[in-house]
Parts: sequence; structure tokens; C-alpha cells
Amino acid sequence: MTPAENDIRAEFPLINSNTVAYLDNAATTQKPQCVLDAVNSYYVNSNANPLRGLYDLSLKATQAYEDARNAVAELIGAASDEIVFTRNATESLNLIAYSYGLHNLREGDEIIVSVAEHHSNFLPWKNVAEHTGAKVVYWDCEPDGYLNPDTLTGLIGDRTKLVAVTHVSNVLGRVNDIRKIADIVHTHGALVICDGSQSVPHMKTDVHDLDADFFVFSGHKMYAPMGIGVMYGRRKLLDAMPPFLYGGEMIETVTKERVTYAEVPHKFEAGTVNAGGAVGLHAAIDFVNRYGYELIESRERELTDHAFDAMSRMPYITIIGSEKSDEHMGIIAFKVEGVHPHDVTAIFSDANIAVRAGHHCAQPLHKHLGIMSSTRVSFAFYNTMEEVDRFLEVLESIRSRMGIM
Amino acid sequence: MSETFYNEIINEHNLNPYHKHSIEGANFTLEGVNPSCGDDIILNLKVDESGIIVDGAYEGDGCAISQASADIMLDLVIGRSRDEALHLADIFMRMIKEGITDEEKEELEEAGILESVSHMPARVKCAVLGWRTLTEMFE
Repeated sequence: MTPAENDIRAEFPLINSNTVAYLDNAATTQKPQCVLDAVNSYYVNSNANPLRGLYDLSLKATQAYEDARNAVAELIGAASDEIVFTRNATESLNLIAYSYGLHNLREGDEIIVSVAEHHSNFLPWKNVAEHTGAKVVYWDCEPDGYLNPDTLTGLIGDRTKLVAVTHVSNVLGRVNDIRKIADIVHTHGALVICDGSQSVPHMKTDVHDLDADFFVFSGHKMYAPMGIGVMYGRRKLLDAMPPFLYGGEMIETVTKERVTYAEVPHKFEAGTVNAGGAVGLHAAIDFVNRYGYELIESRERELTDHAFDAMSRMPYITIIGSEKSDEHMGIIAFKVEGVHPHDVTAIFSDANIAVRAGHHCAQPLHKHLGIMSSTRVSFAFYNTMEEVDRFLEVLESIRSRMGIM
Repeated sequence: MSETFYNEIINEHNLNPYHKHSIEGANFTLEGVNPSCGDDIILNLKVDESGIIVDGAYEGDGCAISQASADIMLDLVIGRSRDEALHLADIFMRMIKEGITDEEKEELEEAGILESVSHMPARVKCAVLGWRTLTEMFE
């Protein structure tokens, strides 16, 4: 282990107190002590209901919450008033679907959804379609997972109002060229809704470079606590959208006859907010910036390449998606011939290695690729080559342990 | 590395199942599914007028535990009455969920080897799929 690696791992209490090889980072990451401390410190030193009180403590809580918003805005190149806090990416996408989708789409309109989407960027649009009479159109990927812009060009038209596409697929690990996609979509006057859940934790993202109209991610996949997520939307879109949830602290004035809603982003943050979570996300962003995306990307690249190269050489292992390692952003989903993914994962679990089995909330993609389910290994920059080797050693033994010679 | 659950008996029933095929003249058919894992079996039984299961088989797809458990179950219940099959399924479910007596375990014969699943919460649904389907079919 290099000293840098020891330093990184030392920041994670669970990793220090546990011998598990945690290789399910696309599901959620472990939390560093600095994040846990920040949440704790918020409740010990600054807790009051943010945005309401005029006393010192409430101002302090408001400050901590709004500082977190500024940190998020800076992280993804947005303005602070374009950042709405939610519970997670799923809630962010539902917010867009309920607020923008239900009020702007009508019968005959079309929503293009890539087949590689997580259910959270598919089901909200299916719901919008069912309520408005709009139609969901699938954008299929190539067998290697490539979402070909030429295919999109063939599907898109005057009826298209929205295109929902993930920045990085949680199964394929492939980075989609959102800028190129946005250029095509904007030519037709439609909007791009981009899911950054698997990109923001692992690579530098900038919503203006991507030219996405909406961009969402979850805090918990990037070292922050569970229960805090982000929705970015262009200011003019947010201004025109009705609230998603109605209640406290999202209004300007309320009388029996008339309600004026608060300005964005507070219009979309009804009720008492998750200030502790936002503070935790702020600390997680500081943590990521302290090491820097360059280091994070290069470490995750090494781990991915090492696993990918060895897996490619193993007979009976089929990797889902691209045959090139550099087209897997820290995520490798695979099949072991003759062994069900649940059995694969159980054998890993027995060896104290955490990987994921199932359809990874992406059933349409699995069906499109002609498989029921798969096993997925996914890395964070705190993982080590030794952990990858442990994984590979068990992987090689799986068929014989299942009695297949 | 510790011993895994995948012993020779489970592997044998999974790789070379005796009862995984279609049958003629089945008068009881039910599909059992675990939506979260994708385990899917279709259980087919042929029950005569006196209530004896004279033949049975399953088809489907799933993990080794779901498939082996269904195969072991059919070994046990073919040739028995509906009531006996329900009685055995009840013992099996209790074995996985809360525990049973040694006498009860003896009644389960080979199916008793699945007892260790009771310590693996993630696999309980897989082990009981066939038995649950059998119970639903007869109740």
C-alpha cells in the first residue's frame, strides 16, 4: 500500500473496523469521519430550524444549510439558486416529473428515455405519460452499451419534449456524451434530464459544459449521509415550475384566498429541511476536493483496469457492456456461465466481499441485453489492489465451488 | 475461506435436477416468483382422486438454492397425500423461520440440509419458494 492509500483508508471508520472488501460503491459509499463529524457538529453546535427563526442559532443553522448549497453549486458549475435539496436522485427526478412533466406535457408529446436508465429515471416518466397522454419512446443502446446519437436523431422530432438519459450507467459504467446529446435535443426545442448519480462521485462534472437542463445526484453515493440529494435546474425553468410539495417555508404569504410562493430554490423545499444531511454533503464535497478528482479518477482507473484485464482473460466470465476497460467508469457488471448471479454474490459474501446481484434497478436494460440479472462490482478510490485480488481469487473459484468442473 | 452453503447435495440437485421438466396430465399448476431476485418456478402436480400426489415436476429459472430446494421438495412429496405435503411444507417453513424439533427434522429427510438457510436472511425467500408455491396451490 502506498502511504496515500493508507491515509485515504484511515479516514473511513467502517473500513478500519471491518475486514470486508466493500466493492458495492455504485450502491452507496462508506462515510469518512470528517462527514460524520460535520453532521454531529451541526447538531451539537448549530441546530435550530433553518430559514425560520430570527435568533442566532437559527441564523447559524440557515448559514450552514445555505453554505452547503453554495458548495454543491460550485461543485457542478451551477448558480446557488439553481440547486434544490431533495432526499436523493430519485426524489429529484420525481420532483421534475411531477412539477415540470405533469404541467408541461400533453397528449401526443413524446418523452425519450434511454434503455440504460435506472428505474428512477424511467418510472417517473412512465407516470407522466400515463397522466398526460404523452408517450414514452425507448432509445436502445448498441450491444456494447453505446447510446448512439444517430439512433437518437432517428427518434427525436417535433413531438419530443424531454429526453431522459444517464451520465454514467449504473450497470454498464459507460460515460455518455451528454453535451453531444444535449446539442441534438436542443435543436428540437426539447429538454435534457440527466442523471449524475454515478458520475458526480467519480469525475468532474459541469452542468454548463454538459448543457443539461436538469441534472440530479444523490449525496450518499459520494461519501455523504443517506437522505440528502440534489436537483439542478436552469433558473428560468425552475421559476416557471409549480411547487412539488406544499407546506411550510415554501411560501411568501398565505391568506385564505391567495398564496404567493417563495423564490426558487425554497419554493421546492417544503417542510423542515435535512440541514444535517446538507452539512454532511458539504463535508463530503470538501473531502472529495481535498483529494481531488484527478487522484480519485486515476486510482479508480487502476482498480478497474486491474479487475477488467483479469476478468477478460477468465473463461466463463462475460462482462456486460463495452469490451474496453476505459469505457467502464469503476463499474463492471458480469455473468458467470452456469451460475446464477445470486449464488455468485452469496459466495462472495461468504468470503467477506460485498458485491451486488440482481437487475440493479435497470430491468429494461437487462432485458434489452438478453439477460435476467447480473453481478456487479464497483469501486471507490479507497479500495485497494489487494481487495481486487481477493475478489478475483474468489471469482476464479466460483464454478468449481458450485460443482461445475 | 469458510465452508460455503453450497455443499454437494445442493450442487447436485441444482446441476442435475431429477424433477425439472414438464409432465403430462398435471391437474395442479402454479407459478411462484421472487420479484426482487428473479427466481421463478412453475410447479406442476398430478393428484389422483384419493388426494395422492402421483407425479410432480417444476420448470423455471433461479439461483441454486431455489432450484435445489424445489427439487428436494418434489423428492419428498411425490407419493404422499396433499395433507402430508402441506404438513411437510409447514415444518419446512418453520425450520427456516423459527426452528423445529429433531423429530420434525427427521420427517423432512434430505430437505433438512437446508436448515442453515435460516441463518442467511438474504436466501430465505429462495429456499422457501417451492414450498410456498406448493402451500398456496393446495390452500
